[in-house]
This record gives sequence, structure tokens and C-alpha cells, in this order.
Amino acid sequence: MSETRTRDRALKGGGLLALIVILIAFPKVFTNPAITNYGVFAMIYVTVVCAWHLFSGNTGYISLGQAVFYGSGAYAMGIAARDWHVTGTAVFALLPLCAAVGAALAVPLGLVALRVRRHTFIVITIAFFFIFQLMAYNLNGFTGGSSGLDSPFLTWPESGYNTPFYYIALACAAGTVAIAWLIRRSRFGLQLRAIRDDEDRARGLGVRAMRVKLSAFVISGAITATIGAVWFYYINQVEPNTGFNPLFDLTIVLMAFLGGYGSIAGAVLGALIIEPLTLWLNTQPQLGGGSLNEILLGVIFLIVVLFLPRGIIPTGGEWITKIRTRGRPAVVPATTMGTPAAAGSGTATSVGSGGAR
Amino acid sequence: MTQEITRAIIDGILVGGVYALMAVGLTLIFGVLDIINIAQGVLVILGAYLSYSLSTKAHIDLFVGLLITVPAMFVIGVVIHWAFIRRLRGTERTSMTLLVTYAVALIIEGILYKVYGADNVSLNASYTTSSLHVFGFYLPWIFIYGFILAVVLVLAIYALLYRTRFGRSVRATMQDETAARLVGIDVNRVAALTFGIGVAVTAVGGMLYGATNSFNPNSGYDLISRLLAIIILGGLGSVGGALAAAVFMITLESVVTIWQPTWAVAVFYAALVLVLLIRPTGFFGRKAVRAQ
Repeated sequence: MSETRTRDRALKGGGLLALIVILIAFPKVFTNPAITNYGVFAMIYVTVVCAWHLFSGNTGYISLGQAVFYGSGAYAMGIAARDWHVTGTAVFALLPLCAAVGAALAVPLGLVALRVRRHTFIVITIAFFFIFQLMAYNLNGFTGGSSGLDSPFLTWPESGYNTPFYYIALACAAGTVAIAWLIRRSRFGLQLRAIRDDEDRARGLGVRAMRVKLSAFVISGAITATIGAVWFYYINQVEPNTGFNPLFDLTIVLMAFLGGYGSIAGAVLGALIIEPLTLWLNTQPQLGGGSLNEILLGVIFLIVVLFLPRGIIPTGGEWITKIRTRGRPAVVPATTMGTPAAAGSGTATSVGSGGAR
Repeated sequence: MTQEITRAIIDGILVGGVYALMAVGLTLIFGVLDIINIAQGVLVILGAYLSYSLSTKAHIDLFVGLLITVPAMFVIGVVIHWAFIRRLRGTERTSMTLLVTYAVALIIEGILYKVYGADNVSLNASYTTSSLHVFGFYLPWIFIYGFILAVVLVLAIYALLYRTRFGRSVRATMQDETAARLVGIDVNRVAALTFGIGVAVTAVGGMLYGATNSFNPNSGYDLISRLLAIIILGGLGSVGGALAAAVFMITLESVVTIWQPTWAVAVFYAALVLVLLIRPTGFFGRKAVRAQ
């Protein structure tokens, strides 16, 4: 028992170390900007999906309004840089401000939206999203209207332009994963998952549901706003329909569900698969400039939901368990990948992990 | 000024009737299946394009064309339910159904782009351009015909729900699925037919929408966000609530447009947020429909 555990730990630690080395070495190995571009976007989405997971994955409140924070972060940076005449690398000093804007927005929005549950919550977040998009369009003097904002000029050489952004995004991604992991292990994380499983019962057991939910929402909003600002600086401009993009929210949810809803590894994996894939699809002219890749995205969605309803990580974990136990019911916890303790969703998952704790 | 406001209110009620019809489909689907059909907006646009094809290619009158498009959309609805919706079970069903219906919406939108392109089109007929002159107002005939048709159909749905055996099983399923199953109702059949009916009304909604607005494959998002706001405001699963909320919201929007055309849409969502602050279940929502 303890031996397997130590071995598990060693394997996990080694895997993590290898992953970190690969991620850090990535732009050194692939110097082609077209490739590093994939890397930057992948890291941005890892951050975003992890931030989504922090709130939605833990509490079960599916937010389709993350673009509110993403766009607000981008606009906050653009407006601050424009009005205070900040240029060059000094702009990155504005990132904490963007995080603060995200957090400050999340408080009132959360106070309103978190009063309702399930479908109604989802729709309220969509409503917020549209209100913000409309504000971006119509507050001309403030947001630049439909032409949006340009980012302050950055005097980095053209050739290695992507690399610093890659490391910034990587740092954000790593930080978010670390925060998500710490929360998962904490009392706070336990309270969040208690809310997901049965909010009324959790409340009855003394969880201050509103406070806990709102905290998670605020953390998630702050992170999303920060990475939104980075994204804005990276692509050099933001428009109302790119900053506040309805597809953005659904892509996040798709990524989370593809990887494995409710697990951090799932969120990361989903982002790493879907984002490069969509970027690549967008560069394929024979796919008819957008309409066909929209259909493809829809088909992927359907395949995921119908055939991998719990995502790659949980289902994959089960397969591994099945292979290792050769179809016999597992008596001892038999997984290295782990039947998803993180997923924790549904009792059927915990075939192998039942005896572990 | 009074003139303008009266005009806006009349418009709001006439257009609201059409939205009510589309919203009733959405709220019925929610009531019976406990899912939100994100594809409803795109399905409306699909209905509009079907009418467009029939009227431009085959020169069939828009209203006559409904005899073809309504059954077609009904079949599409039943197929969507059979192929995707009915397979979903388990704890994450709420989010899963959202994803599935959204995926369906994406696929339909993509196909519409492929077939019809991204240009705005609108449906034309003699009655979309001529108006009825009454009490100093010019009311386009299409608004009036559309309103009458919408009212008739909503009444028909009401009659179906409250005067037939099928309607009784639908309402029973809405109240308690397990109990409905226990008394011998074929819940799957009820769900499939309800989904079909909910989608079939989009054929009518789409034709009327297309005849009063120009549209492209992307128009579905605007529609679905309004429809969602309407059914939430009315109380999820409440047919009467959807009617009241549709007329209320569209009238409100149309009145606000007089002063603030750019912000009228925001008022729509702001009203939703305000009402939910006071009444989290909407106007006519049942209290805590189902425990989480």
C-alpha cells in the first residue's frame, strides 16, 4: 500500500518535472513564430480554463460569462495604457490593476448571479456577457466603440516577439494551476465541492455558501482578467466582438469537458488539445474560411459529449485500471494516473479509489 | 410623444406575440426535458431560410410554405432529440445538454453559411411592404398577420396542453417525471414529441422573423439570448409566464428605443437582472422547480 503510494508519488513528480522542462524548452526548440504562436495561445487557454475550473468545476455553477472578465481585463489594460500614456514593457506593471478590475467586477456580478442556480445562473451569466459587449460597443469615448483599442507599441524585435509572451503566459498558466491545486487541497476547496454536490446540505452543515461561492468567482474573475490583458497585448488590439466573444465561453466549457470536468489535469489537457486544433483549422483555407471548421468544432463537441461524457482523464483512467486489473474488479487502488479523485463526480468513477483513503 | 409611445407599444405587442410563440417552444422543452435548447435561435433562422428557399426558388407564398416547413422542423426536432438529447444522463446532464444543443447550433450555423453565405437576406411578399392605415398609424400587414397567426398557434398549444390526453401526459411529465412514468406515461415519447413541437414553432417564428428583419446565419445568437431572457423572466417551464414576459420585454425594448436606440437591448437584460434580484424564480416560476 505505502509502496505503491511512494511509487505513485515518484512517477507523478517525475512526470511533472518532465512536463515543466518541456514547457520551458518549447520556444528554444521551436523558434518558428507560427509554432510559438500556438504555444502562447495554448498557455493563455490553459490559464483561462483552469480559472473556469476554479469556480465552475468546483462549484458546479457553469459560468458562460467568463468573457466578461477576459474582455474587461483587455479593455482595462488598453484604457489605462492609453489614458496614462504607458508604453513599452512598463505596461506589464498594469497587470495587477487588470486583476483588480476583474475581481472588482466579479463581486457585484457574483452577488446578483449566485442567488440563482443551474440553468438560471447560466442564463444570467450570458446576460451579463451581452451587457458588457454592448457597453464595449456603445461607450465610444471610453472603449473606442466598434473599432476597439490598439495596444501600446512594444519595441521587441520581430523575430523573437512571441517568446517573452510565451513565458508570461506560461507563468500565468503555472500560477493558475498552482492556485487551483492549492484550493483543491484546502478546506475552501472542500467547501466548494460540497456546494457542488448538495448546496442545501452543505449550507446545513455550516458552509457559508454565498461567501465561499463568491470568493471562488472573484479569484476566477481576477485570473481571467489578467490573462485577458496579456492576450490583448499579444494580439495588439481588442474589439468588442473579440474581447467579448460568445464562442470564447463555449470553447472553455468544451475544453474543460473534453479533458474531464472537475479535474485540473482535465482542464489543462482540454486546453492543450482544443486550442492548437482550432488554430490549425483556422489556417486551413480549403476548409472554406470558417464555416466548415465551425461544423467540425460542433462535431467534436458532440463526439465528446456522447462518447466521452466524463472527459478524457476520467475515462482514460478507467481504461488503464481495466487493463491493469485485466477486467477483474480492482481490490486495491490500481492506478498511477489515478481514477479521478479530482473529478469526484459520481460514484461510478471510484472503482479503484474506494480503498485508497 | 404620446403618439410615438402608443406606436411603440403597439409594435411591441405585435412583435412580442411572435417572440411569445418562439419562447413557448423553448419553455415547453425546458419544462418537460429539463434542458435549455441553445439551438432554438439557430433553428428559428433555419426556419427563416427554409421559407426563403421555398419563396424564392419554388415561389410558394410564405404562409402557405409553413405547411411544408412546420412538419419539416418538427421532424428535425424529433431527430435531434432521438440522436443526441435522449442519450444524456447523469449528474452533469444540465451542462451536457447545453453543450449538445450548442454543438447542434454550431453545426446548423456552419451549414447555413455553406449553403446561403454570410449576406443578409430578408423574406419578401406583397404584405411585407404594404401597411394597414388605422387611427393614424401605419401597421405593416405582416405584423398583423404574424400576430394573429402567433396568437392562434399559442392558443392551439394551450388547447393541446389542457384539453387533450397527450397534453395531460405532458403536464404530468413536467410536474414529476418519475410519477408520470409510474402511472404509465411513456415519458420518452412525450419528450420526443414535445421537443418536436418546441422546434416546429420555430418554423413559424422564423418565417415571421425573416419577414420583419433581415437575417444571416449568425442572427441566431441575438435571438437565443432574448428568448432565454424571456423564459427566465417568465419563470422556466411556465407557458403563461413566457407569453407575458415576451410581450412585456419586447414592448419595453420598443418603448426605450424611442429615446435610446443603442441601449434598448441593454435595458432588456438589465430588466432581467432586476426582476431576478427581487424574484429569483421569475414572474410565474414555480418555487425551487427541482432540487439541485
